[in-house]
Amino acid sequence: MSAGRPDPARRPGELTARELLRWMWRQVTSMRTALLLLLLLALAAIPGSVIPQADVDSLAVTRWKDEHPKLTPVYEKLDLFSVYSSPWFSAIYLLLVLSLVGCIIPRLLVYYRALRAQPPQAPRNLSRMPVQASYTTDLAPAEVLDRARSVLGRRHRLRRSGDGDDYVAAERGYIREAGNLVFHLSLLIVLAGVAMGGLWGYQGGVIIVEGKTFSNTLTQYDDFKPGGLFRQSQMKDFRFTVDDFSVDWLKDGPRFGQARKFEAALTYRVGDGEPREYSLRVNHPLELDGTDVFLIGHGYAPVITVRDGNDDVVATGPRVFLPRDASFLSYGVVKAPGAKPGQIGLDGLFFPTFEMVDGNPVTVFGDDLNPTLSMQAYTGDLGLDDGRSQSYYVLDKAKATPITKADGKPLRVDLQIGDTVELPDGLGSVTFEGVDPWIRVQISQTPGKEVALLGVILALIGLCCSLFIRPRRVWVRAVPADLGDPGDPADAGAGTMDGTGGTRVEVAVLDRSGNGEMDEILTAVLSQLQEASEIVRQS
Amino acid sequence: MSNTAWETLSNQAVGAAGVIYFVALVVYLAEWAALRQPAAERALVGAGGPGGPSGPGVEGAGADEAGAADAPAARRTQRVAFLGRLGLLLTAIACAAHFVALVGRGMAADPNRVPWGNMYEFTLSGTFVVALLYLVLYKKFALGWMGPLVVGFVVATLMVAVIWLYDAVAPLTESLNSPWLVIHVVSAVIATGAFTLGGIVSIVYLVRMRAERRATAAGTELGGWLARVPRLDALDRLAYRVHAFAFPVWTFAVLITGPIWAHEAWSRYWNWDPKEVWAFITWVVYAGYLHARATAGWKGRKAAMLALVGMATLWFNFIGINYFSTTSQHSYAAERVVDATTGFVAELRF
Ligand code: HEM
Repeated sequence: MSAGRPDPARRPGELTARELLRWMWRQVTSMRTALLLLLLLALAAIPGSVIPQADVDSLAVTRWKDEHPKLTPVYEKLDLFSVYSSPWFSAIYLLLVLSLVGCIIPRLLVYYRALRAQPPQAPRNLSRMPVQASYTTDLAPAEVLDRARSVLGRRHRLRRSGDGDDYVAAERGYIREAGNLVFHLSLLIVLAGVAMGGLWGYQGGVIIVEGKTFSNTLTQYDDFKPGGLFRQSQMKDFRFTVDDFSVDWLKDGPRFGQARKFEAALTYRVGDGEPREYSLRVNHPLELDGTDVFLIGHGYAPVITVRDGNDDVVATGPRVFLPRDASFLSYGVVKAPGAKPGQIGLDGLFFPTFEMVDGNPVTVFGDDLNPTLSMQAYTGDLGLDDGRSQSYYVLDKAKATPITKADGKPLRVDLQIGDTVELPDGLGSVTFEGVDPWIRVQISQTPGKEVALLGVILALIGLCCSLFIRPRRVWVRAVPADLGDPGDPADAGAGTMDGTGGTRVEVAVLDRSGNGEMDEILTAVLSQLQEASEIVRQS
Repeated sequence: MSNTAWETLSNQAVGAAGVIYFVALVVYLAEWAALRQPAAERALVGAGGPGGPSGPGVEGAGADEAGAADAPAARRTQRVAFLGRLGLLLTAIACAAHFVALVGRGMAADPNRVPWGNMYEFTLSGTFVVALLYLVLYKKFALGWMGPLVVGFVVATLMVAVIWLYDAVAPLTESLNSPWLVIHVVSAVIATGAFTLGGIVSIVYLVRMRAERRATAAGTELGGWLARVPRLDALDRLAYRVHAFAFPVWTFAVLITGPIWAHEAWSRYWNWDPKEVWAFITWVVYAGYLHARATAGWKGRKAAMLALVGMATLWFNFIGINYFSTTSQHSYAAERVVDATTGFVAELRF
C-alpha cells in the first residue's frame, strides 16, 4: 500500500504503518519530547541518591538489605541498587540520544543551507515590523544605502543587492546555531568517552604494607572490577615498593584527631626501566602510561608472632587490620593452622592509642601513640584444611573453641609492643613485635577520559556561543520621501531625485533568539546610520 | 595579625554585615510602604481627609497633605527615590563588610586558604556572590525593585549560617586540599548565587502574573510595589539572562572541574555519589528550563516553575545531601578523618 495515494478503503483517522512511523519519529524528535525526557532523566536519577548503590558503597547495600528483608527482592527486581546501569535508566537516556540525533541531523542540514543562503529580502512593509523606526534625510537614497552597507557590512552578512533594490538586508549571529549544534553533538562525544571507560577500563584495589612490593598482575589485587571488554593484556608491566608512609595528625584545634598530609614514598619500575621515586599523595596520583595509581587509604598492620607448643614460629609478620571508624580502632585476625599440638587462631581489636575511659577500653587518637592489641584466642579446626579459600580477614570459628583460662573464662590476649602471652595447655605463645602502617591504593585505567573531557569542553564552548550570541536581521530601506508608501513596489525606485522632499529611511530589526534587547539595537543602528548622514527631520 | 585575630575580625564583620543588611532591608521595606501610599491616601480622602489617623512617618505625611493633589505625589516620588538610594548604599556597605568577613576566614586558616572549606564558609561565600551580583547588575538591568528580596534572602541565609552552620576555622581535609578547590568551588558558588538570583526573578514573575490576572479580573490596575516590577516579558527575559549566565558556569563547575578533581582525589571522575547525582539533576533541570523557554506552550509560567524546581534541587543538594546523606564522599558537613578511606573499608569487609 502506498502512502502517497489515498486508499479509498481507509476509514478516517486510520494511519498507514509508514505514517505511524513518521508520526512516531516526529514525536520522538520534537522539542517537547526532549524536554519531557530531560525531566524524566532528572526524576529517574533521584532513587540512586537515596538508596545505597552497589557501585558506590556495597557495604551500605548489604546493611540496607539486612534491615529491609521484605523490600529487598522488590528493589532487586527494579534494579534499585544499580540505578545508573539499570535497563530503565539506560532506556531514558538512550531515548534522549535518539531524540537528540533525530533533532540534530535535520537541523544540521537546515543550518548548512542557511549558511549558503543570502540574508532574506526585506519585508514589503517595514513599518509593520515590531521593532522599527524611520526618519527623513537630505541624502539621496543611493547614498543612504551605501552608508547602510558600510555600517552594517562590518559585522553583518549582507544580501547581494539586485537591480532596483531599494533596501539593504543584513544578518548576523550564525554562530549561535552552530554553537547549539556543537553543544548537542558534544553530548554524544561525552557519552562515547564515558562508554569507553565503562567497557575497556578497570579499577582494582590493594593494600600494601610499608616495605612491601606490589607488581601489577591480577593475582596481586584484593579486588578488581574490569569493564565488559577488558583484556588482561591491557595491564601495564610495573611494580612499586612502599618505602615509607607518613601521616600528620592534628594534635589541637577544632579538627583534633584528624589526619593530614598522607604521603607514601614509592620506588617504582616500569618494565625493565630504571627504578624511580615518587611521593604518592592524595590529589597527586602516579600516572604510568595510561594507568593511574591513587592513594586512597591507610591503616595499621600489627606485627604478631605466634609460636606453637614446640616453640616453632608458626605465624609471623605484619597482619593487616581494617579500621572500623574514624578513630582507627581496627579489627583483624591471625591464623596459625600449622601449629602443634593444636591450630591457633586469634581475632580482635587494635587500639592505636589505648586508654581506659570509665572502665572501657578505647582509642583516644588515630596515631599509634600507645599501640595495644586485645584479641581472643581459639584452637581446634580453623576450617583451612579442606583447601577451600578463606578470606584473609575472617576467622572461621565454626569448629574452633575459645581458649579459656584455668577459671573457665575466655582468655584475652592483651598485648603492648614487646609483650608475650603464653597460651595455656602448652599450646604456644603470642608476641606483639611492632606496628607497620599500610596504604590502600586504587589502580585504574580509564580509557576515554580525555574524550569525555574534550566533549564537555566543546559542549561548554558551544553552549556559550548558543546562549550569548544574539542572531538578528536588519533591514534598511531608503526611498524618496515624496513617493508615498515606500513599501509599495509600484513606487519603489521610480521616484525622481531632485532632493526637494529628501529621502525617507526605514530601519527594522528582527531578533531571532527572542531574548535580545531589540530596542537598544535599533537605537544603535539608527545612530550609526545618522552619524554617517545629516539628519533633517526625525519622524 | 594572628590567626585568632583574623577569625575574630571575620566574626565581627559577619555580624556587622548582617546588621547593615538588616537596616537596608528595613529601608527597602519603608520604600515599599511608601509605594503603597496611593491606596492609603485614597482611603483617607474618602474618609474625610484631615480627620483620618495621622501617625508618624510616611502615613502622617500623606494625611496632612491629602488636599493638595500633586505635591504629595511629587514628594512621595522623592522619598521613594531617596529610600531606594539609601537602601542601595547600605547594601553596598554591607557587601563590603561581607567581603571583609570572607577575607578574615581565609587569613585565619593555617595555611591561608580560600574561604570555602566547610558549609558555613560556603554559605558565607554564596550569599556574598548573590549580593555582589545584585550590585553589579543593578544598573544594567535596573534592578531597584529587587532590593528587598535580595537583601531579605541574604539576611535570612546569613542568619541560618551563623546559627546552625557555624564552624571554627580549621585546616582543610586532605582531599579538599587542592588547587581545584579554588576553581571548582568558586564556579559552583558563582553559579549557585546566580541561579538564586534567577530564581528570585522567576518567583516575582509568577507573583506578578497572578496579581495581573487578579487585577484584570477585578478591573483594577496593579498597585504598590508590583507595579514597579518590570512587565512580565521583561521579567522573563531577565530571568533567562541570569540563568543563561549561570548555566555554563554550573556546567564548568560540575561537569568539567568536578570530574577532573574527583579523578585526582578519588580515582573516578564520576561515581554517582549523591552529591554528584544531585548536581547532575540540577544541571538537567536547568537544561530543561532552557528548552522550555524555546518550546511553545512552556514559555513563561511553566518555564518559571521549572527554574524554581532547579533552584530547589540546587539548595537541596547543598543542605539536604550534606546533612542527610551518609554515603556522600563530599565531606563538607560530616567529619571524615580520611574521606578517601571510607569507600574502601566498605569494599574490603565483604
Ligand atoms: C541530552 C539531552 C539534551 C540536553 C542536555 C540539552 C540541552 C540544551 C541546552 C542547555 C540548550 C540551551 C542552549 C540554547 O538555548 O541555545 C538547548 C537548546 C536547544 N535544544 Fe537541547 N538538549 C538536549 C536534547 C535536545 C533534543 C533531543 C532536542 C531536539 C528535540 C534539542 C533541541 C534543542 C533546541 C532546538 C535548542 C535551541 C533552543 C533555542 O533556540 O533557544 N535538545 N539544549
